[in-house]
Amino acid sequence: MSKGLFKISPGFEDVMPAEYKELVNNGPYGKDLGVSDLGTFKELIEEHPLCAGCAEALALRLILASLPNSEDTVIVGSTGCSSLLFPQVAVQNIHSLFGNQNAVATGLKRALRLRFPDKVKDVLVIAGDGATVDIGLDMVMQSWFRRELITTIMLDNEVYANTGGQESGMSPQGAVLHMAPLGKKFPKVNLPEIAREAGCAYVATISPALPRRLGKVVRRAILVAREIGPSYVQIFCPCPTNFKWPSAQVLQKIRDRQKEGIFKVREYVSPEAEAYLAGLEVVKQHDEEQ
Amino acid sequence: MTTQQVVAPEYLFFEAERERQFITGSEAVREAIKRANVDMAISYPITPQSESMHLVGDIYAQGYLKEYFRGESEFAVMSAVAGAAMGGVRVFTATAGPGTLRAFEVFPTWAGARLPVVCAFMTRGINSPLTIQPDTIEMAFLLDTGILMFHAESAQDLYDMILKAFVIAEQTDVHIPVGVFTDGFFVTHTREEVATAPADLKLPPYNPYSAPVPVMDMENVPVRQMRDPFVMKSNFISYAAHASWQQEILAAQERARKHVRRYLGGLLEAEHPEAAVLVVAAGTAVSQGREAVAAARREGLEVGLVKLKSLRPFPREELRMLGRQARALIVPEFNRVGWLAREIKSVVEDTTKVIDAPRVFGGMTMPPELILAQIRRCYA
Repeated sequence: MSKGLFKISPGFEDVMPAEYKELVNNGPYGKDLGVSDLGTFKELIEEHPLCAGCAEALALRLILASLPNSEDTVIVGSTGCSSLLFPQVAVQNIHSLFGNQNAVATGLKRALRLRFPDKVKDVLVIAGDGATVDIGLDMVMQSWFRRELITTIMLDNEVYANTGGQESGMSPQGAVLHMAPLGKKFPKVNLPEIAREAGCAYVATISPALPRRLGKVVRRAILVAREIGPSYVQIFCPCPTNFKWPSAQVLQKIRDRQKEGIFKVREYVSPEAEAYLAGLEVVKQHDEEQ
Repeated sequence: MTTQQVVAPEYLFFEAERERQFITGSEAVREAIKRANVDMAISYPITPQSESMHLVGDIYAQGYLKEYFRGESEFAVMSAVAGAAMGGVRVFTATAGPGTLRAFEVFPTWAGARLPVVCAFMTRGINSPLTIQPDTIEMAFLLDTGILMFHAESAQDLYDMILKAFVIAEQTDVHIPVGVFTDGFFVTHTREEVATAPADLKLPPYNPYSAPVPVMDMENVPVRQMRDPFVMKSNFISYAAHASWQQEILAAQERARKHVRRYLGGLLEAEHPEAAVLVVAAGTAVSQGREAVAAARREGLEVGLVKLKSLRPFPREELRMLGRQARALIVPEFNRVGWLAREIKSVVEDTTKVIDAPRVFGGMTMPPELILAQIRRCYA
């Protein structure tokens, strides 16, 4: 992107919305910012309509703050709670259909590589568990089989939240939810393991209760997908609204689940990705800061 | 890598010297794509379409395209095609029958996102019971998706319409997808003489910045979600934005009329349009109609033939005028539901003039005698 595009035409300074002026004057484009810089710059996300206490909203805020190349990143989303938030994100983003995000991202990434062979254009998929592990699993896995150079991030809120709390493949076993009136009969789908087997060069699970680590994981996943192979990040962000938790308790619930060993922070880096990341000075510096 | 010279569409279509090749419909697709300067093609097998995308793969290997791969299903392919088009490249794919229906959710999003995708549909019956036979019923389902729809009678039409489809789809005032339809097997797997422009000429490249909506490459402002007004919220402005956007897609179809007239020579073609009885058809039903009309005229019956080339936009005014002076419009079709007769009834002033027969389906051929029988009935 030419950063010069993001400027206000002379004479329009007074009439532009304050948020836009802030973005132009103090936004993250072209700067190497991360989670630890939050609060010092205008974020890529403006007011959003997600529920109070939504861990997914927090996860998205942290992801957006961690983009290594926000001025040249295109996000492909899918149907779900996150699709309500994307209109407020200052990165071009596509909402196509439910579950087809990795297929759309495949076409987009290949098109951008054709048009900008000498420029880094990161394509990032961000979708919920319904889109990733249920309706879209075929297309998610096939993009990994094909070694598409895209990063897939699943926002695992353990439920179809936007449609009112139906069981998903990521709901915990035994959870009584809409469409699982007697409790879910099978455990959470082990997508990180599937991702590794399917050819992802970098796989991680993380939660927004560990913000700096989340930032590091997202950054590493995007860098690996530039050169080495597909990457997958699963972010544990259970839905307070449908699980009927007080908004203020969500992060504590995540920490409790981590203590109980139900949610585990994990990272898999292929040897090739490991060598690649080790060679990137910028990653080392950033990781040290975290 | 092949070397080709970029020429103006008008030169490629109307002026360049043509050579005649004895080829199948599938090979005509290959010849069109060779000259279309396509950046990317994405394939998935389904009979009777597969062969055409095999051949596109072959010319990718020869350097005529920059990117080609097989997707995992028709839905995934149409989705990947959408992503590629949003990323600003010229993209082509093809499908047929059940594949069309598996991918169906994507077609209205192509139109809604104003993607100038060109897709060839080699029409085939819809299951069940299982069939691979020709049948145009899938076209009935696609009529209201917002895409432009051209119907090729022959391999020559298929070659011409695919090439011209890119130019029509990419006009700034149109910029919506085009489906080029042909009757599976009857055209795809039969051989005829097709006149093609030299293979060392090609269309100018697609310019994504000519689109009326932003290309998703982070090279342009404003930063946008999707390429259209994204209206998930419940408020009046959202409703109004969505409603006006739907109207805008229809308006883009309407604005395509002038380009279709220019490049296809009209939305329809008529032989003996002054006749009292007209056979009105699209696709290979036109060929069967032509045989029947010739036989009827040998019997001294005054009959004309109307070939519909564009179904979206629909030649509304043209058919209304023809319907005014004719006594009967006979509509032969290769499908059970008679969707074309319904369309024609929706525009002529006197619907009793429209004879929605003969119809064959399930892969059966249409003997011209069946059409001739309808013509004779008009004169009985």
